[in-house]
Amino acid sequence: MKILGLNEKDSRFLLIVIFLTLATPVLLQPFPEGSGMAQFNAGYPDLMQRFAIFGIFAIGFNILFGLTGYLSFGHAAFLGIGSYAVVWMYKLLDYNVIWGLPLAVVVSGIVALGIGFISLRRSGIYFSILTLAFAQMMFVISYSDLFGRFVGTTITNGETGLQVYGNDPQVLLGATEPSSPHFFGIVMRENFWTPQFGDWQFTFNNGYYFCAVIAILAFYLSLRIFRSPFGLMLRAIKTNQNRLNYTGVHSRPYTLAAFVISGMYAGLAGGLLAAMDPLAGAERMQWTESGTVVLMTILGGAGTLMGPVLGAGFIKYFENIFSKINDNVLHQWFAWMPDGLEDAIVWVLHFFVGKGWHLTLGVLFMLVVIFLPGGLVEGGTRIWRFIRGTDRKEKTADATHQPEHVAYVAEKEEF
Amino acid sequence: MDAILLQILNGLDKGSAYALIALGLTLIFGTLGVVNFAHGAIFMIGAFCAVGLSQILNISFETIDPTKLDFLGNPAKIKTAYVESWFGTEIGAAIIDWAVPLAILFSIPIMLFAGWAMERGLIKHFYKRPHADQILVTFGLAIVLQEIVKAFFGANPIPTPAPAMFQGSIDFGMLVGFPENAIIYPYWRLIYFLFSGVVIVAVFSFLRFTTFGMVVRAGMADRETVGILGINIDRRFTIMFGVAAAVAGLAGVMYTPINSPNYHMGMDFLVLSFVVVVVGGMGSLEGAVAAGFLLGILESFASMNVFKDIIPGIDQIIIYLVAIIILLTRPRGLMGRKGVMEE
Repeated sequence: MKILGLNEKDSRFLLIVIFLTLATPVLLQPFPEGSGMAQFNAGYPDLMQRFAIFGIFAIGFNILFGLTGYLSFGHAAFLGIGSYAVVWMYKLLDYNVIWGLPLAVVVSGIVALGIGFISLRRSGIYFSILTLAFAQMMFVISYSDLFGRFVGTTITNGETGLQVYGNDPQVLLGATEPSSPHFFGIVMRENFWTPQFGDWQFTFNNGYYFCAVIAILAFYLSLRIFRSPFGLMLRAIKTNQNRLNYTGVHSRPYTLAAFVISGMYAGLAGGLLAAMDPLAGAERMQWTESGTVVLMTILGGAGTLMGPVLGAGFIKYFENIFSKINDNVLHQWFAWMPDGLEDAIVWVLHFFVGKGWHLTLGVLFMLVVIFLPGGLVEGGTRIWRFIRGTDRKEKTADATHQPEHVAYVAEKEEF
Repeated sequence: MDAILLQILNGLDKGSAYALIALGLTLIFGTLGVVNFAHGAIFMIGAFCAVGLSQILNISFETIDPTKLDFLGNPAKIKTAYVESWFGTEIGAAIIDWAVPLAILFSIPIMLFAGWAMERGLIKHFYKRPHADQILVTFGLAIVLQEIVKAFFGANPIPTPAPAMFQGSIDFGMLVGFPENAIIYPYWRLIYFLFSGVVIVAVFSFLRFTTFGMVVRAGMADRETVGILGINIDRRFTIMFGVAAAVAGLAGVMYTPINSPNYHMGMDFLVLSFVVVVVGGMGSLEGAVAAGFLLGILESFASMNVFKDIIPGIDQIIIYLVAIIILLTRPRGLMGRKGVMEE
């Protein structure tokens, strides 16, 4: 079966993704309410929305990093810009997200064009540092509302963050219109169906499905980019930019296009964040946030289609679960052990749960970078191969047709 | 005139911190070709060496003094630091007071070891991997180090004062012929600047005037040839990594009285230090130091009201603006070497 101009394999892949996305409220709610395992359920709207939104963010980042090989450390800037754009549309027009989201994409695209134009003059480490500097600059600008002070009005509302106030114009606001973000009357924070099957409680949330549909579209678009001649060109840039230049291809427009596309994805994700919760703050632009999307992409598997989404889901899920576990919970779990041993184990684990979740994340991330550069996807593939007992040689079967890795200058100094 | 001098002085202490961190970053990059995102974390660990030492020195035991009563009428409990009981009250109090300078001695071996362990344990395995992987793994390491410090010392800044002798300010203007109270400058910032000058001179003379430094410089220029000559350049580069860590650590130790250290101070400095390195020129030690001071001073000039009135908030973005302009006009940085990190 072929759909939407994809080949058979990709069509099947896309259908699976669509199914998984739409069935998320059920799939992530495997444990009955009231049972001890209920805390591992993730089927509540807020978390699912974040899965979808950060999935979009990571998909876009992957187009730049996974496909083109440029490691940007400044993508959070676009996330913040998207949020600000959407909230400004709430303030000026009304709560319908249809005005804000396209604007978020366009504005972040324009900013990405500017930043990319300068940053892409260099590659490698310089590029990472340049994007980092730009993002940090954007953060400072919005945190202190420098643009606003320059033009004499508030643009980002400084550290308070941008939100809708009663005296905002909201010129399109009708009398019967809901007073929270909605899509032509479909209010984002409302649930359209909350069925109960025995002890199982499911929540079908408007906002989640809105995000999910956009996420599917975003995924489909990235699938098409991956399979297009343009995607092939990006891959060529990642593999060996020098050789491409010698062939007479001017690679800058391609890298710039990739940068702008991924910036637009990030802007869309930021806009959706504001569509779920009508706030925009500068902390969204902090460079640790850029670090998070890097973590997501690497953890899931850079350069693969599904990896970034998995990584985003993985990190957001465990962030929620781990931060709920405190010392008391740990003591309950290990209550069957002898006292001394129990205390020792709880003392060690206590650094990794609750507020220490970032430590777990950092350790996990390092392990993935060191031992599993392909991320979770590669891990899954390896396990699958192991189970099937596929010959290991198959992996490098086409070695003769793979270009060799060409060292950077600094690497050439090895002997 | 005195206003200009004041801004230069104000820029010096931040500039010193930038210069020291950027110097370490450049040392690591120039020798091993690795961009160390964990370098800010090393700076932070240095600062927490000082915090840790002052906490250790303050460990105390309680004695009950029956002659005095506390407000509830019970015999008063008096806390005495062990140091004070061992060395006598006066010397003990002086040792506690001088915790930050003492931490210099305490931190050098720790930082050397930390650098050595980092290089041998982790970064060694990443020389043949792409640069992106090196950035990522050191970024992960930075998160881990930061979270460990957070787990042990908490998330709040911990004030660690300078010795009583250096608290207060010097009327610097008087010394150079300005009227009284024209230029007031805290002692500790002056010391920080002098200290960083000493460290920088020490590092440079170590590289210039010792055989070891000569070999290292040769290795930076052409690692392969030095290796062929039968010199174990790897071991020397590992030691240089330790030295770079020690430089950043010392910068952190001495910075504690200026700003109370918290667990994410390293990350805050790291971003700016990268900018400094890029402006100075990747792989150029002199460039890193010069750009560090230059940007520090520029930042403090931009915080003058004269400039802030024209462009509000210019002081916060000036460094990035300068970096962008320099990279557009001189992509190699101020003193960048040819052939480093170029396509």
